[in-house]
Amino acid sequence: MISLDEVSVRRGGTLVLDGIHGELTERRIGIVGANGSGKSTFARLLNGLILPTSGSVRIDGLDTKTATKDVRRRVGFLFQNPDNQIVYPTVGEDVGFGLKARKATGEAASARVAAALERFGLTGFEDRLVHELSGGERQMVAFAGVMVLEPRLLVLDEPTTLLDLRNTRRVMETLAAIDQSVILVTHDLDCLAGFDRVLVFSEGRIAHDGPPAEAIAAYRALAS
Amino acid sequence: MMRKVFDPMTTRDIVLIALFAALMAVLGIFPPLTVPLIAVPITAQSLGPMLAGGILGAKRGALSMALFLVLVAVGLPLLSGGRGGLGVFAGPTAGFLFGWIVAAAVIGWLTERSWRSLGPVTAFLNCVIGGIVVLYAIGIPALAFIAGIPLWTALSGSAPFLPGDFVKAAVAALVIVALKRSYPLVEARG
Amino acid sequence: MIVGLYRAGNSVLHRMRAGVKLVALALFGTLLLSLPSLWLAASALFLVCLAYAVAGFGLHTLLAQIRPLLIVLAILFAAQIWLADLTAAGLSVARLAALVLAAGLVTLTTRTEDLVGAIHATLSPLERFGVDAGKVSLAISLTLRFIPLVSQVVDEVKEAQAARGSRKPVVTLIVPVIIRLLKSADAIAEAIDARS
Repeated sequence: MISLDEVSVRRGGTLVLDGIHGELTERRIGIVGANGSGKSTFARLLNGLILPTSGSVRIDGLDTKTATKDVRRRVGFLFQNPDNQIVYPTVGEDVGFGLKARKATGEAASARVAAALERFGLTGFEDRLVHELSGGERQMVAFAGVMVLEPRLLVLDEPTTLLDLRNTRRVMETLAAIDQSVILVTHDLDCLAGFDRVLVFSEGRIAHDGPPAEAIAAYRALAS
Repeated sequence: MMRKVFDPMTTRDIVLIALFAALMAVLGIFPPLTVPLIAVPITAQSLGPMLAGGILGAKRGALSMALFLVLVAVGLPLLSGGRGGLGVFAGPTAGFLFGWIVAAAVIGWLTERSWRSLGPVTAFLNCVIGGIVVLYAIGIPALAFIAGIPLWTALSGSAPFLPGDFVKAAVAALVIVALKRSYPLVEARG
Repeated sequence: MIVGLYRAGNSVLHRMRAGVKLVALALFGTLLLSLPSLWLAASALFLVCLAYAVAGFGLHTLLAQIRPLLIVLAILFAAQIWLADLTAAGLSVARLAALVLAAGLVTLTTRTEDLVGAIHATLSPLERFGVDAGKVSLAISLTLRFIPLVSQVVDEVKEAQAARGSRKPVVTLIVPVIIRLLKSADAIAEAIDARS
């Protein structure tokens, strides 16, 4: 469960997020909004990549300010551009990176890496060089690298923006199949069908909060 | 200042260090430029220490050069002309290779001191002091020692590279000043 | 991408541990440089050539190691004869050739990852002094990952400039390339933090 208590984020002179308050308990939550509306900042608050200037963010009761490490172990984060997320030259090494960083090694860790590779259709790709893969395949590698850590909550920041239709569908099918709670920031409104709740961000505030159809209509009204 | 040297490095510092080590490797792939009047080819790679020191500052700049040399030492052919391995560190130009680390540190240090008023002329002088004076002061005695030749012979053998190095210092200075304006990373000191 | 200089094989030298080879190389170099004797340098050179044979490398591989140095060795030989005598010339050429060949042999017979492992093992005891061996390994891997990324950015910037019809001096290529790299550095650092 995510609880937000009057969260504001100030960057330089501008207020990026302005007094966000509430609780997020649903399993599938979508976030939409114009460029610069604060939605990416909001996503980064959820695993402590950005800390609130005032107010507090709690994940299962853990404050992102004081328990950053524990929060990050609960919250996985998938970024828009896999090129920025993949840190090792080969697929197998990269998917294993997070486990290694958390001092998990040995057979159990290798088995988890193998399982994650299989889940994302990457079996046999262990020794492939990342830069020789297609954009879609790279996003799958990045996704596998997050899911291998078995987060309880998964935050995705526009994960399909750089993908073609087929790979977008693949990411969405994977999202539908996982048990974890999902928070998806997206410009692709089609992705939000079947979500439990959608937040519409505008100028650092939540302009609308409700079921997908209603929220999307509100977002369209805002944009016109 | 000593305290600053032992500050723990952030993830971002490590990424920047690795990025400039990679940039160094890519500079090695560029074909050498042959200019009429200058007898020796100009390789882009020796731009690396100037850029690393002038853009990242002393500590990160020097570490990025050290990291690059580690990759060369473990057998990757990343030096211009596809050279690499431990052999190059036993060869006559070994002093210039180790000198890159010091050159980046000196250029970075000078850049930090002169940061507030850094313009093209100061940046050029920083690059000349670190990337030519200091680098040659390490490379030439090492060349004389390894090859067993008098210092003077080593010096006159290295002189043809000077014009190219001055061109590189000028290029690096322009890049450093442009980066200072659009993406400043160095912390001003002194 | 980058193919290391390692050459697969199954000789004694290939199977020897990386750390042992590195220590042996250091001792070899120190010995050669501290005892200037033609006899010693010549036998060292002979020994190294023999070691190439033991490792299963032919004359071709051996010559490829020394080829980049041929001109330097020739100049060195001539300079020494002119400045000193034949013995001094023989000594400095034999010593330099032996050193470079020996170091090259370690590189040829040791996998890159084994050498990286040896570095990691050397740094690990230093952790109590604040040296983080894990960070060093991360930096090495990141560099290997970034090399193709940097060339990709260089190509893209070149392409974008060609599309606008500009063919400008080096500075206008390097500046946008570095700015793009620095921007992605921030995103990459963020992604590493998110997974650790």
